[in-house]
Amino acid sequence: MVESATTRILLRLGALATLVFLYAPLAVIALYAFNAQVTQGWPIQDWSTKWFRVAYEDEAVRSALWLSVKAALGATIVAMVLGMLLSLAVSRYRFFGRETVSFLVVLPIALPGIITGLSLQTTFQNVGIAFGLLTIIVGHATFCIVVVYNNALARLRRMSGSFEEASADLGADSWQTFRHVTFPELRTPLLAGALLAFALSFDEVIVTLFTSGAQQTLPIWIFANLQRPRELPVVNVVALFVLLASIVPVYLAQKLSRGAATGVPGGEK
Amino acid sequence: MTSVAHSDPSPRPRLGRRVSAFFDRHPRIRLAALLALPVAWLLVVYIGSLANLLVASFWQTDPFTSQVVHTFTLDNFKHLWERDVYRHVAWRTIKMAALVTIADAVLAFPIAYYMARVASRRMRGVLIVAVVMPLWASYLVKAYAWRTMLAHSGALNWALGPIGLAGPGYTETGLWLVFTYLWLPFMILPVYAGLERIPSSMLEASSDLGAKALHTFFRVILPLAFPAVVAGSIFTFSLTLGDYIAPGLITSEQFMGTVIYSIRGQALPLAAAYTFVPIAVMVVYLFIARRLGAFENL
Amino acid sequence: MSKALKRALTGVALSGVLVFLAFAAAGCGGGGGGGSSAEDISGLGSSVDDIESKARDEGQVNLVIWSGYADPAWAKPFTQQTGCKVNTKDGASSDDMIDLLSSGQYDGVSASGNASVRLMARGDVAPINTDYIPNFADVQEGIKNQSYNSLDGKPYGVPHGRGPNLLMFRTDSVPENTDSWSVIWDKSGPYNGKLSIYDDSIFIADAAVYLKATQPDLKIDDPYELDDKQFSAAVDLLKKQAPQVSDYWPGDVAKQVQAFTNKDAVVGTTWPYQVNLLDAAKVPVKAVKPKEGTTGWSDTWMIYSKAQHPNCMYLWMNYIISPEAQAKVAESFGEAPVNPKACALTTDKQFCTKYHAEDESWWQDVYYWTTPTADCGDDRGEVCKTQEDWKAAWTEIRG
Repeated sequence: MVESATTRILLRLGALATLVFLYAPLAVIALYAFNAQVTQGWPIQDWSTKWFRVAYEDEAVRSALWLSVKAALGATIVAMVLGMLLSLAVSRYRFFGRETVSFLVVLPIALPGIITGLSLQTTFQNVGIAFGLLTIIVGHATFCIVVVYNNALARLRRMSGSFEEASADLGADSWQTFRHVTFPELRTPLLAGALLAFALSFDEVIVTLFTSGAQQTLPIWIFANLQRPRELPVVNVVALFVLLASIVPVYLAQKLSRGAATGVPGGEK
Repeated sequence: MTSVAHSDPSPRPRLGRRVSAFFDRHPRIRLAALLALPVAWLLVVYIGSLANLLVASFWQTDPFTSQVVHTFTLDNFKHLWERDVYRHVAWRTIKMAALVTIADAVLAFPIAYYMARVASRRMRGVLIVAVVMPLWASYLVKAYAWRTMLAHSGALNWALGPIGLAGPGYTETGLWLVFTYLWLPFMILPVYAGLERIPSSMLEASSDLGAKALHTFFRVILPLAFPAVVAGSIFTFSLTLGDYIAPGLITSEQFMGTVIYSIRGQALPLAAAYTFVPIAVMVVYLFIARRLGAFENL
Repeated sequence: MSKALKRALTGVALSGVLVFLAFAAAGCGGGGGGGSSAEDISGLGSSVDDIESKARDEGQVNLVIWSGYADPAWAKPFTQQTGCKVNTKDGASSDDMIDLLSSGQYDGVSASGNASVRLMARGDVAPINTDYIPNFADVQEGIKNQSYNSLDGKPYGVPHGRGPNLLMFRTDSVPENTDSWSVIWDKSGPYNGKLSIYDDSIFIADAAVYLKATQPDLKIDDPYELDDKQFSAAVDLLKKQAPQVSDYWPGDVAKQVQAFTNKDAVVGTTWPYQVNLLDAAKVPVKAVKPKEGTTGWSDTWMIYSKAQHPNCMYLWMNYIISPEAQAKVAESFGEAPVNPKACALTTDKQFCTKYHAEDESWWQDVYYWTTPTADCGDDRGEVCKTQEDWKAAWTEIRG
């Protein structure tokens, strides 16, 4: 449809307004990163870059950042393996419970995080599992599976089974078929899903507050320090840093996903 | 594509070959092997822990030490039923979730449509990045930024003051604004994907048949994009339904998430009983969403 | 319902039921550690020297604290002296602290009376061996062996300090000579929507304190032991107050500080810590102990019965009541130290006098936080409201 000129202008304005809405608070965060004072008043009276120094020297920030990276990597790997296996099963076979399984895999991300978090925490305590990196990864991986699963499933559905049949006809066993026919096609959606899963895990706090014990991932560190009046500015600096640092991976992810179905968006779950 | 038989360079150990062949002959076992790990994980880790929590709703609490006592009781449910506050809070939360979803759907449409059908290829790429980027700013920091902005002497009042308006401040409206902001990208992306999928031929046919833009929008575009909107709404609704951090920052009202969070330690059975409400709401929501085709649009 | 949907439902229900039954049958364990004595804390050294060397191996101590109790100003010297890094987690309320401690991840907690008694009853904390804590001898006698820091004659921790919950107000919105809690209760009209209240069920006691002074026919004596009539009166008072509150702060001091800075709150209840912070930021506030009296807290450092770093914890307990540390903590937070030797070391030489560290009469109408129990402790018998009742009521009050 050729949208009329008026429509196009209106749409352009609407898009612009939405973008302004999305970025105004981020601009506020960036401004507060340069606020000299500890209390967040408005308008900002004194400017300073001293908090960048403080953040850089803060050991707790570094270990929190590192823990977040480790947890996100672990969760992403688990989600990739499980998501891929599940998508292969669901796309290529009919079996009793198939509907249930595809419903089941969405549950962890569709049910509010507080429920997931509370369930996991209670269970870990009852069973006697110590809280730490492992429990964090378990929590994150569980709701990341669906992200990878959806991406892979979309690609598998678009890719008819005839290639695999042809491969089998030509004498390849199932492993060879998977390795040489199916997997290459899955690489892009898996990678796109993995990047999404990483983003989900990295910023996650709702469930992590329940599963991390005394450990601090970056969001947990942020949560703890937002409540400490003297640490507020450092948090803004850290947030700004993460935001800027993520421009490149997000751009890469977007280039990768071009063509593949847009997967489930990431965020606080 | 080269023939598979030729592209196999390394000599396969006999065992590997035999295992593969075994799987070939028994597709059911192959299926089981594929399903085993993910299903076991979901059942044991997720459903298992969920069931564990829900079981706790039938236990009692020691009135002094607040420890869980393993004596069966239905008192927790009775307690929730008898006191109005829990109903009020549930209703307030569901209402907020619905309002946020509607606001996000309305806000998402213009930009999603622009990205899907008007923007150039390059612009589209830039816009996708632009929409996803805010998700990388910490949810907590964004919520706190809003808290500062909504303050009596905060940025919002400062910006609206000159034109004689005032921001909502620390009210439910303010919270609605914050939630709408936080989850907006989750709505934009699926709606964009859904709109992109609409074949241009549909829209051309519609205008060929004489429909004006608005008419096409309501009769053709909206119905076709609706499943995608529902898909996005799963997130906006669910994220609002259970949030326990943002409400505490912006309002002094209780929501289901905050109530569960505040009683989770000292009255776990009661908290567990209360979780039945958001679980039931979301399960119903998911069933309806699936009916409406949302799952294909995730 | 479509066939597919029906199958899906059945499937989820079946798996749910199966796992549900499995867990119910297994009889999942409940919370709370078993009671143990100091002698049982595994890994604890057998002499002060032994503890010090074992602590160097441990390298860290994980504490649950009230915001501001372990600032680098005194935590850093501790680490330098002992080799134990101090990791902290702020508790939002006593309930929160009990939760955190029972997760097993922490070595110790700065427990107020309404947490300490429960922790002792639950067996989550262990008695201390004062032989290994040399500074304990210097602690004020009046604080030792209280119901909230000892059980069966055994001390369960080292006192930290005590303080009152204060009435704080912005002097540009509330009259400077305000000296009564009435400004947040019956006379709160002018400040509608600008109240800042502590978000925890223990605040019901503050309502009781006010009623004790203003409604003597209710015969309230101990604000933590309330029978039906007294409790209902307190809850009603709180329900009337709730719509006027703009800021319920749950141990998140930054929230209250920000509210007062931006004038979203102009009057409320607070800890001395926030008063210090706001003063430092030049926000015009004043804080008083109103004439009706107030609630307060006397905090005790307790060691988790299954602490993973018991030696570092013992060293911390000894350190925190040393005169140097006590002076720094007390001045930073604004509370009364428990080691009188600290009074000579505070930068403000009048500090101890100002904070009534040794003036017992001033503390007569400060009712330390404690856990409500059914046993009223007087001739009424077991008719008082329990912790569980208070907790449930608070949700209703918040609305």
